[in-house]
Amino acid sequence: MSTTLAPTLASAALHSQATAHRAERPRPAFFSPARMGIYFFLISAALFFLLPLYVMGITSIKPMDEIRQGNIFAMPLAITFEPWAQAWSSACTGLECKGIAVGFWNSMEILVPSLLLSVFMGSLNGYALSFWKVKWANWLFGLLMLGAFIPYPVMIYPLVRMFASINMFQSIPNIVLIHTIFGMPIMTLLFRNYYAGLPVELFKAARIDGGGFWRIYFQLMVPMSLPIFVVATIMQTTGIWNDFILGLIFAGRDNFPITVQLNNIINSTQGEKVYNVNMAATLLTSMVPLVVYFVSGRWFVRGIAAGAVKG
Amino acid sequence: MKNQRKGPKTAWSAHSALLPMGLVVLIGYVASILWTVRISFSNSKMLPKSDWAGITQYLKLFANERWAGALIHMVQLGVFFILSALVLGFLLAVFIDQKVRLEGIFRTIYLYSYAISFVACGVVWQWMFNPTLGIQRSLQSWGWESARFDWIASQDMAIYCVVIALLWHSAGLVMAILLAGLRGVDEELWKAARIEGVPRWRYYVSIVLPQLGATVSTAVVLLAISVVKVYDAVVAMTNGGPGDATDVPSKFIMDNLFERQNIGLASAASTSMLITVLIIIAPLMYARSRSKTAASH
Repeated sequence: MSTTLAPTLASAALHSQATAHRAERPRPAFFSPARMGIYFFLISAALFFLLPLYVMGITSIKPMDEIRQGNIFAMPLAITFEPWAQAWSSACTGLECKGIAVGFWNSMEILVPSLLLSVFMGSLNGYALSFWKVKWANWLFGLLMLGAFIPYPVMIYPLVRMFASINMFQSIPNIVLIHTIFGMPIMTLLFRNYYAGLPVELFKAARIDGGGFWRIYFQLMVPMSLPIFVVATIMQTTGIWNDFILGLIFAGRDNFPITVQLNNIINSTQGEKVYNVNMAATLLTSMVPLVVYFVSGRWFVRGIAAGAVKG
Repeated sequence: MKNQRKGPKTAWSAHSALLPMGLVVLIGYVASILWTVRISFSNSKMLPKSDWAGITQYLKLFANERWAGALIHMVQLGVFFILSALVLGFLLAVFIDQKVRLEGIFRTIYLYSYAISFVACGVVWQWMFNPTLGIQRSLQSWGWESARFDWIASQDMAIYCVVIALLWHSAGLVMAILLAGLRGVDEELWKAARIEGVPRWRYYVSIVLPQLGATVSTAVVLLAISVVKVYDAVVAMTNGGPGDATDVPSKFIMDNLFERQNIGLASAASTSMLITVLIIIAPLMYARSRSKTAASH
């Protein structure tokens, strides 16, 4: 997969060249004091990063009395999957006790249309900005990029009023449009940078063949930019799934995404705190982005490199 | 030339295709921001009003103890979180760059937390820091009877719990960005430095680090913006407490907008936040526009 993307991203190309060049030099011996020090540091750091995942995992399969008596790092004596079942289908989020499953499906319902719309808009904007002369387009693009840095609270209240005035506030279409609005800067930038790297002769040839705006987009540009569609999909999936503040304000009580439901479960004041259920719910909430991350690997890093301007 | 001529129909297509972007920019961003700035100069309480109150809201805001606290916590996060993330991220990148075995596995481990939501991050660290059942209890059960690790319940130390959680979440990002920068540094430099007898650490600090200026500043801006925006992690981890010990500007604004019905004050706070962000990104924008003009020559 690196061969398809490498020529398109200058830095990635540089990177692969550098690695190829470096590979010529033999790897230093494993057992020298300096090498041991390097591995000691890397492994200690890895433990720091893995520790919360480990604690989440073992806490979620311990019975509550073991948690109350024991050590947060100790392996469970009696393994139970009851907390996972509870977290999924019967944990309380305030007055309702239907588990985090409700939030999971809400998040799916929000994710799919938001993802499709924001990636489509990003690619369309990128294409139009790269190949077509449109008045004021570069000014708009500059403002859009600036918008990527503005914290949400600055814009939230006016947007609430606007959507309320057209009777759309706190609905699925509302949160989908909000994700499209706030995803637009990074999506547009991603595609614009990609299309700007394509040879313009390609576009000119398509014009000579009589291709119009939409035909060139669907038949030439979309098929040519599939790798960047993958990167965009990865970025938006994790971004939208992990969103909390926008879902809290714009989705509405019946459509709260999984992150908001998780926070409600944790802060639910009914009865004793059930830490094992809380941790199972946290893992369930993190499942989608973690799967995306572990499956996509280097593509995720590409998104970070491209999104280095995102706020 | 034929291919240079654009028929009216296709030009219209391109314009209409960019219409949604124009609407998003002008209504979603520009109008919203101007509206917020305008409201910050009014007496709005529960509903937005269009009267003119001068800088009353700003005077109230900066006399507000909770806001002052939120700003102090933001600065604390800014200093400690950004510094620690830069140091840890840089060390990880440099050490990974020593042609280590299992490089891919190390990188994967350092970055996975960045894929997790801030809410989940806040929840798991709240549990680790739990003063009765968390790390403190473990330390005691391992024989260190007098161990105290109840920062999350302490007015003075709770903010450092947030620092640690954010560090865990974002240090991998810094590593990824700096590693990409390191891989762009010419190997020949090290060969030359070695002949001069420069030790390895000195090579990284005095030769490589200055070359990574642009990369480091990108990382700093990203981290700084995330500090100004921080909300989810704090809400999930401490909900601003104990007391107001971990209150942050975003939380102040959201509470005043949606719970305390104090829209004018919240808008004044939002406008201050906006100005803070503009100050952070102005140097970056300036550097970018300069490098763009340099490239076009």
